[in-house]
Amino acid sequence: MGKKVAKEVSIAIADAVKLARAEVIAAYPITPQTHIVEHLSELVANGELDAEYITVESEHSAISASLGAVATGARTFTSTSSQGLALMHEILFIAPALRLPVVMVVANRALSAPISIWNDHSDIMAQRDIGWIQLWAENGQEAVDLVIQAFRIAEDRNVMFPTIVNIDGFTLSHVIEPVILPEQEEVDAFLPPFRPKYKLDPRKPLTMGPVGVPEIYFEAKKAQDEAFKNSRKVILRVWKDWANRFGREYHPVETYRLEDAEIALLINGSLAETAMTAVDKMREQGKKVGLIRFRLWRPFPIQEFRKAVAGLKVLGVIDRALTPGGVGGPLGTEVRAALYNAARRPRVVNFIAGLGGRDITVEDFEEMADRAAFYMKKRPKEAYETIGVRES
Amino acid sequence: MIPELTKFKGFSVKNLPKEEPLAPGHRACQGCGEVLALRMAMKALGTDVIVCNATGCMEIVTSPFPHTSWRVPWIHIAFENAAAVASGVEAALKVLKRHGRFPKNRHVDVVAVAGDGGTADIGLQALSGALERGHDFVYICLDNEAYMNTGVQRSSCTPFGAMTTTSPPGSRSIGQMTWKKNVPQIAVAHGIPYVATASPAFFLDLMNKVKKAALVKGPAYVHIYAPCPTGWGTKGEDSIKLARLAVDTKIFPLYEVIEGKYYITRKITKPKPVEEYLKAQRRFRHLTPEIIEEIQRRVDAEYERLLKLAEL
Repeated sequence: MGKKVAKEVSIAIADAVKLARAEVIAAYPITPQTHIVEHLSELVANGELDAEYITVESEHSAISASLGAVATGARTFTSTSSQGLALMHEILFIAPALRLPVVMVVANRALSAPISIWNDHSDIMAQRDIGWIQLWAENGQEAVDLVIQAFRIAEDRNVMFPTIVNIDGFTLSHVIEPVILPEQEEVDAFLPPFRPKYKLDPRKPLTMGPVGVPEIYFEAKKAQDEAFKNSRKVILRVWKDWANRFGREYHPVETYRLEDAEIALLINGSLAETAMTAVDKMREQGKKVGLIRFRLWRPFPIQEFRKAVAGLKVLGVIDRALTPGGVGGPLGTEVRAALYNAARRPRVVNFIAGLGGRDITVEDFEEMADRAAFYMKKRPKEAYETIGVRES
Repeated sequence: MIPELTKFKGFSVKNLPKEEPLAPGHRACQGCGEVLALRMAMKALGTDVIVCNATGCMEIVTSPFPHTSWRVPWIHIAFENAAAVASGVEAALKVLKRHGRFPKNRHVDVVAVAGDGGTADIGLQALSGALERGHDFVYICLDNEAYMNTGVQRSSCTPFGAMTTTSPPGSRSIGQMTWKKNVPQIAVAHGIPYVATASPAFFLDLMNKVKKAALVKGPAYVHIYAPCPTGWGTKGEDSIKLARLAVDTKIFPLYEVIEGKYYITRKITKPKPVEEYLKAQRRFRHLTPEIIEEIQRRVDAEYERLLKLAEL
């Protein structure tokens, strides 16, 4: 077992990529992802990580080069944020369709305009339908663990899907936290070398990325979707193995003080830590409040989620992204859809909070829980409410 | 001189490779100069290759699932990123060899293939990035001078005066209003070891240039002229004749740039008038004698400039 050390989370992530023995890294710098790729560059420059680092000229080429590398059989890592992720958009769909298991860390950041380098989830929420496995980290330890797990999950022959690990820009990427980096031998025992069944190799030629005529396109997409849904079995198996080896448990839906709760807040990412503090405070006041966050966002863990919320009266879903003119934030809309046909379901209230680096305080969480409690008796009129916006 | 090139004796009609890495039975139009050039290029390269194909005619006609014309490993990701995908493949091969996960002594040529749109327009950034980074790969641009796959729209490689569906001649237009972008010169500006132009009418020259591009260490760029009967309004059986005429009129000069030094590989001492080339194609049928004269002047000046570069 590795020692607990204090590290900036970005540095710890780069160290995790090294422990995973990534062979090709293709990345383009963008705030707040930069510390991850800078440290990886150092590790390659020092010979501590024997990998090829491709200093591409854009994020579009970062993901394109990553796909070329992983198609040739090399373990491949990339990382980006915000505009960079948006620039990758076109190619992101192609990776899972060709079953190319690249691993990417997204340091979540607001989308322009106005240009903002600060944290929210509008970048990743615009990429819900790309067909990548998507995971969320709340703290530095989770980020390290998820990155190592992501390679094992993505590259499993029963999965072969690219995987994103989401970390909040700045509020997670740039903070110094205590983390345990596993020993190299432990990671090697957990994560076998990448050996894809199909790859670009002159010894066994194959055609990758052919034209899908109308007679086969739909079948190909359906097969992709089935395989994607099936990846959850492997994800659960990998987490069980991780818990056995490292003693840290991971679940598709993570809950906090939910057992007897009537009200729960739902938020993804690092601000769930602040939300926990608010939950503890409200519990002391006798309020039956709990907390939920998605660990696994794609494929959507519908059974686990329905089970988690079945006993609640109201669920307050906190979105850190806006769907202009929509029927709720992306998380709120999806959660409502997931519960619509459920036998037992709470009332869902949707809050939009913390856009473009706006802090969400303990008091904000308390306010949202109180408003959720108010809606126990009365249906909300609006599809969503914004929290923490100055009125003048 | 690059040692790999001095050792290379060149192909001749007697020692043409028997291999056909690009199989027949693809769905290219009759008389397609592009697929012919690609076939020759692939014969020159052999089977120890990985091909990264941009979206375009060659990608479409060679890979309608469940059929493929490719007897070598081939990947298509998107339109503008063939050079970036090739960068990843090349980097992966390097590291896999170091890690003993691919035979160390087996040389694999990484080849990016794209049309003029995928090269000069939407793919120019990815191409520039890959050339600048110095990946050991060959980039082949098959230039049929417009977006043929989508129905003959103009690209920045469409020649001055040409009619396309987005550069139609009209009362306020003569057709394409801009001069052809000189992509080989852009490639040269990156200081890469090898740049060449080639034509399917001179197939041994084409094969030798592609092979040399593969032999040099580092990035190499080959710009191949590719007649398109469908887009140009010419007869399929005339494609090679037209390709020859493009060279003989100095419209598409054949040259090599090895480590920055220019070599004219087919010197045109008795050029044919450009009119002969233009009159043979429907896309230039609307041109007036004045415009043809203007094109002639420009072609002459460009060729003079090239000769001067070769004298340096």
